[in-house]
Amino acid sequence: MHAFTLSRAADAGKAIATHGSDPGVDFIAGGTDLLGLMKDRATLPGRLLDINALPGMTAIEVRSDGSLRIGALARMSDVAAHPAVRQRFPVVSESLLFAASGQLRNMASIGGNIMQRTRCAYFRDGDGLPCNKRQPGSGCSALHGLNRGHAIFGWSESCVATHPSDFAVALAALDATIHVRGLRGDRAIAFSDFHRLPGDTPEKDNVLGRGDLIVGVEVPARIEGRASHYLKVRDRQSYEFALVSTAAAVAIDGRTLQSVRLAMGGVAHRPWRLVATEAALHGLSLDDEPRLKAAIATSFTDARPLAHNAFKVELAQRCVLRALQTAGARV
Amino acid sequence: MTINRREFIEGAGLVAGGLAVTGALEPVPADSAEQPATRVPVTAIVNGQARTIAVEPRTTLLDALREQLRLTGTKKGCDRGECGACTVLVDGRRVLSCMSLALMQEGKRITTIEGLEREGKLHPLQAAFVEYDGFQCGFCTSGQIMSGVAMIEEARAGWPSAATPDVAKPFTLADLSPREIQERMSGNLCRCACYPNIVAAVNATAKEL
Repeated sequence: MHAFTLSRAADAGKAIATHGSDPGVDFIAGGTDLLGLMKDRATLPGRLLDINALPGMTAIEVRSDGSLRIGALARMSDVAAHPAVRQRFPVVSESLLFAASGQLRNMASIGGNIMQRTRCAYFRDGDGLPCNKRQPGSGCSALHGLNRGHAIFGWSESCVATHPSDFAVALAALDATIHVRGLRGDRAIAFSDFHRLPGDTPEKDNVLGRGDLIVGVEVPARIEGRASHYLKVRDRQSYEFALVSTAAAVAIDGRTLQSVRLAMGGVAHRPWRLVATEAALHGLSLDDEPRLKAAIATSFTDARPLAHNAFKVELAQRCVLRALQTAGARV
Repeated sequence: MTINRREFIEGAGLVAGGLAVTGALEPVPADSAEQPATRVPVTAIVNGQARTIAVEPRTTLLDALREQLRLTGTKKGCDRGECGACTVLVDGRRVLSCMSLALMQEGKRITTIEGLEREGKLHPLQAAFVEYDGFQCGFCTSGQIMSGVAMIEEARAGWPSAATPDVAKPFTLADLSPREIQERMSGNLCRCACYPNIVAAVNATAKEL
């Protein structure tokens, strides 16, 4: 790795001020993504600010209204194993358990998980091939290169990368809120507003700016929470990023779908909510597979596959159907 | 679809000829060629003993253990968080030492493979790896054993895994099937593919403890 300095932050306000005033500063928590990016020379911070000792940011609490508050420094493994998370929001626990490995889950923080950067090989490779995320304006090598793992929704000529987080897909389905402390105080960001589409500025993954520190994630109480499931399809059964994945959460009356929440991973630059399908599924029976399939298809009419990933359009729809059926069986 | 390096580069619109490709590469300076870094002292409890060393901020826990503390039982495989060979315990939890900075371990309890034996006796999982022939070349072995030791504790603490059919239900050590062990040990690769014997060794130890 390149040479850098490291200091321990004891006070959030000072850490935020430091980050806000110096573009060479990065926060480090678990470091599982950041150190990989530094080893690949995809980011070269001059100074790391270790935020692990900041007070009050590791708690996992279920509030009296049934909502869930997760501190940004809570570790993936602790959130996944928390009894209330498992019982009230199985999709959250599963999305974490299907990611990375036991070792990485013990290290990686919740805030860092939603900040992790794409696994696009042209971004990570470091051989100087064009990549607009790595070097803005240099071009996108994946657009006409090897793009089997890339986006089918929402991409631009500038970038066809996908977001790698599984947990973020579950948060998108449940309409979570990100709590951020910045130079001008605290603010709450709706999860659907947090990650960006690439457009002409794919180097920006999300809406955070200098001096912004994620302090926690809030999952509101959802009647769909208990009957929920995360299904991940990948090239190997464990310890691999998703080709496609689905977070599904349902409210059901008998076998009739009352309310459905669906988000996908592996298909876009951010977690992809299937809004049209959610509406089309309302009132359908879980046993009526032809109509379920037709409802799922309504969100795929605007899919734009690339040269090597047309298979994702069909795979994604089958993934949604299976996730929906599994979630529905959990009532 | 098979992917080779030529296609990967051609996709980028570059001619896959020696000169053209070389011209596109950024020179990557060796770490030592960059600005010198100041060493900073850090103290951690390594295998039960307080150890203080001076490290550069960029030094990983893995390199500090191997190069400065001469604890070479912990292996450097990929150095990218992908193989698990460098697994050690920090405050009892399994982590990847290649993706941890040494300077961030101030005051932590670190256990390496050298710290598992007690009064000359192997840890039960070490003994099981011998008994069940859980290794061939041995390069991944210390990482496998460190991971297995902590993984059994995770299962005992009731942690579910991606192989657990219903995470909403309580998990007990009795639920730790070979399928569960495979999933929970997936962060440790073995290029000799000794997996069946590794699973057998972990399984026997989990039942015995």
